[in-house]
Amino acid sequence: MNEDIPLAPNTVQEFFMNLPFSKFLGLTLDRLGGGKAVMSMPYQKKLIGDSKTGVIHGGVVTTLLDSCCGAAVMTAGDPKFSTATIDLRIDYMRPAEPKRVIVAEAKCYRVTSSVVFVRATAQDGTKEIPVATATGAFTSPFSVKKT
Amino acid sequence: MKSVMKINGLDLMRKRALKSLIKKIPFCNTLGIKVDYLGDEITAHLPFKEEFIGNPAIPALHGGVIGSFLEITAIIQLSWTFFIKNNKEEVLLRDDTISKSDIAKTIKLPKTIDITIDYLHSGLPLESFARASVDRIGRRYASVSAKTWQTDPGKPFAKASGHFVVSKF
Repeated sequence: MNEDIPLAPNTVQEFFMNLPFSKFLGLTLDRLGGGKAVMSMPYQKKLIGDSKTGVIHGGVVTTLLDSCCGAAVMTAGDPKFSTATIDLRIDYMRPAEPKRVIVAEAKCYRVTSSVVFVRATAQDGTKEIPVATATGAFTSPFSVKKT
Repeated sequence: MKSVMKINGLDLMRKRALKSLIKKIPFCNTLGIKVDYLGDEITAHLPFKEEFIGNPAIPALHGGVIGSFLEITAIIQLSWTFFIKNNKEEVLLRDDTISKSDIAKTIKLPKTIDITIDYLHSGLPLESFARASVDRIGRRYASVSAKTWQTDPGKPFAKASGHFVVSKF
């Protein structure tokens, strides 16, 4: 799975692996490069959003998707600067199954010198329908126009 | 005129309902979010912690922390508003309030359908505050918007707008 995604330079990988909040959530960057990224997050009790069901909080899924999109953006070209989220919309399709690792996949589908548009999905591997999907716009780290 | 006791009963219900809600969301405690209220409006506080950094170069808060904070604020305000609306009459009618265990049993968390977060500025390594407004509660869905700021409530650094399922409340 995802072997078609080339690995990005170590600097971009290291940047995302070393972010304090990524570490706090235990995020791992599985694949990264060519404007695509795969990131996973283990289930942790401290991330529960509803103690009755044990389902992790929506905000945690937001974080995973935001990070995954951000990482994908940095590899959609040769970055000159860092990137920042302009906006991010999350659609929650279904609750994530408790105790499952959640895997996010992001892909940049339009890269300009000012904005990068990204889509991402989050899966827990139990059903075909993803747990959540994301659509985001990020500030472009590329000064040269690319498509 | 309502008796002082009845008013106190209403306020006690507000306080208990808020406590009960926070207890139901372990992630709220993980982030260290505290919530207080004035009348029917809550204000959530997010402390600054080193582990919230998403861009060490600026340094700025992680977009995910900001999104989580806004979503939590929206969920708590919505659930709390709904609970108070449904129980206000009864509390004002009786000379009593609702017990903690009854609140814990009846108060529910709405399910998020979607949420859109606008990042207006980067979040500085400071304490943040957030408020949400319930723009509409229908029979099945609710619309809620939220904003977060650090120094000036008139200058939020991020805002969110989302839809929630309330039909099984």
